[in-house]
Amino acid sequence: MAKFDLDSVDGVYYDVLKEIGNIGAGNAATALAQMLGTKVDMKVPKVELLDFGKVGAAMGGEEQIMAGVYLAVEGDITGSIMFLLEENSARVLVSRLMGMPFAPDAPFGEMEKSALNEIGNIITGSYLSSLSSLTNLTILATVPDLSIDMAAAILSVPAIEFGAVGDKILLIQTAFSDDVELNGYFILVPDLKSYDTLLTSLGL
Amino acid sequence: MGNVIKVDMADLKLCKSPDSITTLGLGSCVGIAIRDPVTKVGGLAHIMLPDSTQIRNTSNIAKFADTGITELVRIIVAAGGSRSRLVAKIAGGAQMFTFQNQKSEMIRVGERNVEATKAKLRQLRIPVLAEDTGLNYGRTVIFFPETGDFVIKSVGKPQKTI
Repeated sequence: MAKFDLDSVDGVYYDVLKEIGNIGAGNAATALAQMLGTKVDMKVPKVELLDFGKVGAAMGGEEQIMAGVYLAVEGDITGSIMFLLEENSARVLVSRLMGMPFAPDAPFGEMEKSALNEIGNIITGSYLSSLSSLTNLTILATVPDLSIDMAAAILSVPAIEFGAVGDKILLIQTAFSDDVELNGYFILVPDLKSYDTLLTSLGL
Repeated sequence: MGNVIKVDMADLKLCKSPDSITTLGLGSCVGIAIRDPVTKVGGLAHIMLPDSTQIRNTSNIAKFADTGITELVRIIVAAGGSRSRLVAKIAGGAQMFTFQNQKSEMIRVGERNVEATKAKLRQLRIPVLAEDTGLNYGRTVIFFPETGDFVIKSVGKPQKTI
């Protein structure tokens, strides 16, 4: 069994991580479609291993306002998962889900925040359950929490977790669309031991 | 008006008046601004983790409060700052997410970053003149070695200078 090292991700490992991202995001799109009661298309996700300094820029700038939902992962693998939505995408989703008109500048109230938390919960939940059935591992998530703030500030949380083991962050970018395009990002942060568990369970 | 120098996450840089230096969207990380008020030489560090001795991979010294502050002081002194005149201001160390249980060590990392930063500055006898730390929101900071002003911007809050 190979000892996993995030800084030397290449070839087959990268393909596997990408495929996990792909399948997980596909399931998440289906969950989103059921939630909204419409058809949702998804582009092929972009999986990138980025330096800390470049992650903010990859999301449209460090100060781009994002909604981030963060959960701890327990079970056979441990770590955390984060789902991020651009502010505008978050507003579109909330207005659809709650059947309210789209309000571009209104602050997020308690109701909107609670809806976003639930959206994040469902999307990350379906992502994790596809990962779980793919690997036959038990993967459980804790209660999520939401933060609406600058991209870099939200990202500091998973970056710090990655930071304990390396200088890069694994980012899965997904674009969903029905009639408007919604930009979402997944960041899966298994601890290093869990990477091995994950890859071993897939026969690598 | 000088240039604005940008510091990334896990990064540190030197800045001399009339230039200013910024780092965008500090979350649980801490921004440490240090200057010599006489020669107006200063710098800014954006640290992510409290303690390099707890971590195996420590190749990037700007990532940790202990090694990052030591390095920032070294480059400021090398550029003409007086070691005994140095003063600091700090910002960041927010707790962006709350959990009831689980992983409390990682979640409290903002608070631990602030504690480690102050401990290191105390050890180096560099006074902390002002701070804007903790709570649950991100901060963009700009430091002016000319005046020592440390400007802090957050989403939905008025800009402040400490």
